[in-house]
Amino acid sequence: MTAAPAPEVVLEARGITKRFPGVIANEHVSLKLQRGEVLALLGENGAGKTTLMNILYGMYHQDAGEVLVRGQAVRISGPSDSISRGIGMVHQHFMLVPVFTVAENIILGAETGNGPFLDLSVARRQIRELSQRYNLDVDPDAYVKDLSVGQQQRVEIIKALYRKADILILDEPTAVLTPQETQELFAIIRSLTSQGASVIFITHKLKEVLAIADRIMVLRRGRVVGETTPQAASERSLAEMMVGRSVMLEVEKQEANPGATVLAIERLVVDDDRGQQVVNGLSLEVRAGEILGVAGVQGNGQTELVEAITGLRAARSGRVLINGHDLTNASPRRVSETGSAHVPEDRQEDGLVLTYSVADNLVLNRYYVAPFARGVVRDEHAIMQHAEELIDRYDVRTPSVLTPVSALSGGNKQKVIIARELSREVRLLIAAQPTRGIDVGSIEFIHQQIIAERDRGAAVLLVSAELDEIMALSDRIAVMYHGQIVATMPAAGASREELGLLMAGARPAAPAVSEAV
Amino acid sequence: MQMTSSVARPSAARIPWLSLGVWGALAILVLIAYARAPQATTAVLTSTIRQSTPIILGAMAGIMCERSGVINIGIEGMMLIAAFLGYLANVWTGNLLLATAGALLVGGAVGAFHALMSITLKVDQIIAGTVINILAVGFTGYFYQQGLTTRGKLAPIDIAPLSSIPIIGPVFFNNPPITYASLVLIVVIHVLLFRTAWGLRTRAVGEHPAAADTVGIAVNRVRYINVIIGGMLAGLAGGFLTLEAVGSFERNMTNGRGFVSLAVMIFGKWTPFGAWGGSLLFGFANAMQSQIQFLQNQLPPWLAWVSQTPPQFIGMLPYLLTIAVLAGFVGRARPPAAIGKVYEKE
Amino acid sequence: MERAAPQPPSRVDLLAYGRAVLRAALIPAAAIVVALSIGAVIIAISGANPLVAYGALFEGGLGSGRALSRTLEKATPLIFGGLAVALAFKCGLFNIGAQGQLLLGAIFAGYIGFAIQGLPAVVHISLALLIGALMGALWAAIAGALKAFTGAHEVITTIMLNFVAFNLTDWLADGPWKDRSPGNIVARTPTIAPEARLPDIAGVPLGIILAVLAALAVWWLIWRTTIGFELRTVGQNASAARYAGISVRRMTLLALILSGFLAGIGGAVETLGVVGRFQPGFNAGLGFNAITIALLARTNPIAVIPASLLIGVMQAGASRMQFNSGAASEIIDVIQALILFFVAADSMIRWVLRVRAEEGERVTLSSGWGS
Repeated sequence: MTAAPAPEVVLEARGITKRFPGVIANEHVSLKLQRGEVLALLGENGAGKTTLMNILYGMYHQDAGEVLVRGQAVRISGPSDSISRGIGMVHQHFMLVPVFTVAENIILGAETGNGPFLDLSVARRQIRELSQRYNLDVDPDAYVKDLSVGQQQRVEIIKALYRKADILILDEPTAVLTPQETQELFAIIRSLTSQGASVIFITHKLKEVLAIADRIMVLRRGRVVGETTPQAASERSLAEMMVGRSVMLEVEKQEANPGATVLAIERLVVDDDRGQQVVNGLSLEVRAGEILGVAGVQGNGQTELVEAITGLRAARSGRVLINGHDLTNASPRRVSETGSAHVPEDRQEDGLVLTYSVADNLVLNRYYVAPFARGVVRDEHAIMQHAEELIDRYDVRTPSVLTPVSALSGGNKQKVIIARELSREVRLLIAAQPTRGIDVGSIEFIHQQIIAERDRGAAVLLVSAELDEIMALSDRIAVMYHGQIVATMPAAGASREELGLLMAGARPAAPAVSEAV
Repeated sequence: MQMTSSVARPSAARIPWLSLGVWGALAILVLIAYARAPQATTAVLTSTIRQSTPIILGAMAGIMCERSGVINIGIEGMMLIAAFLGYLANVWTGNLLLATAGALLVGGAVGAFHALMSITLKVDQIIAGTVINILAVGFTGYFYQQGLTTRGKLAPIDIAPLSSIPIIGPVFFNNPPITYASLVLIVVIHVLLFRTAWGLRTRAVGEHPAAADTVGIAVNRVRYINVIIGGMLAGLAGGFLTLEAVGSFERNMTNGRGFVSLAVMIFGKWTPFGAWGGSLLFGFANAMQSQIQFLQNQLPPWLAWVSQTPPQFIGMLPYLLTIAVLAGFVGRARPPAAIGKVYEKE
Repeated sequence: MERAAPQPPSRVDLLAYGRAVLRAALIPAAAIVVALSIGAVIIAISGANPLVAYGALFEGGLGSGRALSRTLEKATPLIFGGLAVALAFKCGLFNIGAQGQLLLGAIFAGYIGFAIQGLPAVVHISLALLIGALMGALWAAIAGALKAFTGAHEVITTIMLNFVAFNLTDWLADGPWKDRSPGNIVARTPTIAPEARLPDIAGVPLGIILAVLAALAVWWLIWRTTIGFELRTVGQNASAARYAGISVRRMTLLALILSGFLAGIGGAVETLGVVGRFQPGFNAGLGFNAITIALLARTNPIAVIPASLLIGVMQAGASRMQFNSGAASEIIDVIQALILFFVAADSMIRWVLRVRAEEGERVTLSSGWGS
């Protein structure tokens, strides 16, 4: 795209090293960013990408190495420093105050006004100008909490541009976008670079790197392991660089052999925490021995759907049937006792008690039954023995069963949950974002476990924001949009493009959906 | 009171019909009461304003802290220490204004101590507040000596023409200085929080500190300053007790007002005007309690039982009211999102 | 505020366990030393001699048989109060209302004590203790129900209930249950029947025996039963508790009921064992002492016993200190507050001692504030 005659280096890192207690997040990392280019920084979760960017943005300070902005060695002591040097960052988790308006969020820290009093009119005009120039459509007076994630991301970009940033760091910007929104973002990025801005694009998604980058740098375990261009690389070669060994991009599995219906949901209506109806009369069925993947952009009611099935959230109306029994608004314990396993979306928050030992976490929802308890008295011996057995069987890497689970890596934490949930007789497995934010090795292991459960005859409801995961594991795919299943199809014939359109709300050609609310 | 309805255009301000209705009804009741017993009504209303003064100051102390994300249950202790030292300053210097300034500063210093514990030392914020409350009881108890005399207390200032307006005049325009100050501060704090850059930053820090940090706002600095301002407001509330209301110090004289303030803060949804409404409610309950003995002869027969109620039951009222307010309002109002959490990068 | 010693030995060897206990006691011990030092400075500022003052304080609390029995007497309600607060902490709840629960326990035990005559001692004592405990539990249950069903934070409701309890017990002792014997003008109940008085068992007051048994029972409940696991899980992570099928509401209610039950027995034991009747204003400040004790013991029920003994010594020796040195007895409140500060702000002590924070369960109270 950009054929700069004499490449001008706008940002350079030389030999950056950053240690955290017990880990080296970055080891002697160097990079150069040229004017008007998109540099993709590719790496697994935990490879050190975000740490490196936080150093460039001044959130952390490096232990060794230096940072040069436009050829000058600088010490970036905080975000205000980097902002004044024209560096802007769009964080993976948006840094927006939900109860503020777009304009308030954008001027925060760089307020305009008369003396101490705020005056938003100047800001509004500037925001409109920026919106037009870069095709970033947002209403300055809308509250951020009412915007879609795609719109919030635009606010973040405007926030950086408002501060006159011409070096933009985008941290996993596509994680929450539909394929179409991703295309729109790419268009925005191109319009930025064509007007002289430079972009660092952090991701672990291979397809996107090939689509948007001018140059690609790969990080693994805190080190730079390679540099290449989209022309010279393929998905397979990038994956191998990223993981350090050959990776199977496809998950191997046999043909499904579906049996009786295990989970049936009929016209379910559920509200979110704010009282907004986010599941709107949804119906679906999962049969024994099949994996139903629910695809959809985050925030379309998936979280509330799973919570309503598992008893964590009250449904307003509709029915949930498990093995033919009506379990609508049953307690989480009753649902669990039907042989339903739940891998929760937020493992730190819901799935684990971080201060508890691995052993206690492995009995978190069965602590009260034999052999772990006799009456109300706990049997520590049985709990320990159970733990020893499971960490072995599920390959949980922990110093001991008494170690607090907080000390484990993300992948091992998730293995503790998987071990706990799958170590009993499972007739229904509900897995929400089962591999979010963990390393490739653990992802492969967990995928195998899910398929093994299916082959053993369990019904699996898989909810994931990763379209690749849905496509790789599912036997059937249901697309969720605005709290409804807008289409269900066999995974075999599904295409990314079609799913992407459905996720973005395009009506399927097939039968129409029930009434909207 | 419903926060849940979906608002397509949130910028369109909705008229608070319920509040307006309640206040309108109250105004009519006041007029009727005034028509039947002008003196008693004026006395109760005047007392309501003064009784509500420490509560609204304490509530605004809570608002400043909590809007920036720091829970402060030590307001009670801050009030008590400031009341005590303000009183001592009055004993030593005999200058009431100096003593008031002293109470303000002492409150700010205890606020700084709360900030130190909650922000720098990362003590659980509720425990930090408890430390202050216990320290206040011990400290004031240890240094308290009986028999000290002072040269009086802050006297009402009559704002000449305004004070002769019926009802409103004596109630609003014939008050001592700290009461006036509290009324002015309601407006000042409101403007500070919702109309200034500092307020925007304060609220950002209380809602989403990481977002504030990434745009270069020093989160902990903003918190420190707000907690110190909060301490000063609590200090002024303490000064009110010894320098304006009573004129001397008594052990544990705050009597739970700091905690009542927190309930009022929640009632007012963390806004100064809302909290003012709540503190007037408490002021009114207290005023009735203290005026009841004077009112006995004027009570209509159907209210005669009031004068026969044991004083202990009347004494319970403000506390029961606090519980009722909390039970009714918590959960419907949303506290600042980052409240109670230490902000750490990572 | 990590929990103190790790779970006592099931298979671990005793030596390692002993070391762990010592390590856990290091921070509280250092906090006590620092607090006493600062207290000495304050005493000196107020014009008294700190050495004389502390000498008298500890002599008055430990120096003689009488002093020791006075210390035990003071420590008994403190142990119950400390256990009450510690147990609530385990469930993530801050019971500042031990004071009010104790008052209700005390006055109702006193009422059973004086209103019924002619029961055998075992029955009378058991009944009075039980009624006292239940009234404490009921009082705390109000705060529990408010928290569970409306979300009203227990810090404010329990404090408000303290004030209500003061007024209520004051009214009872000055009204319906007033001691009408000739010559009495103050608010108090009649003395309890001799059968209701707590006896000494082998020279040891029954009250302290009950207190120690209660500590063991609470320890067992917390660490060895599924109920304790449920309480702790709610305290550590309420949403994980919900996920695990534990009812957060029920546990909130249960934790406060148990907490109030303990505080109620504390009040009952004080009435039946020490005072012999209910008098308003007795044991003011117990609620705050109980918080200091629970945190000094780092919410470990067994460690509540030594922590209560320490505060008990100071309370028993306070009047002798005032008499000998002129330092007002309120200094012990200041010292307690300082102990609390240094235990809570343990990062300072850790920094001085170069001790790293250990992994483990924490007391987190500030979540769920106002929502």
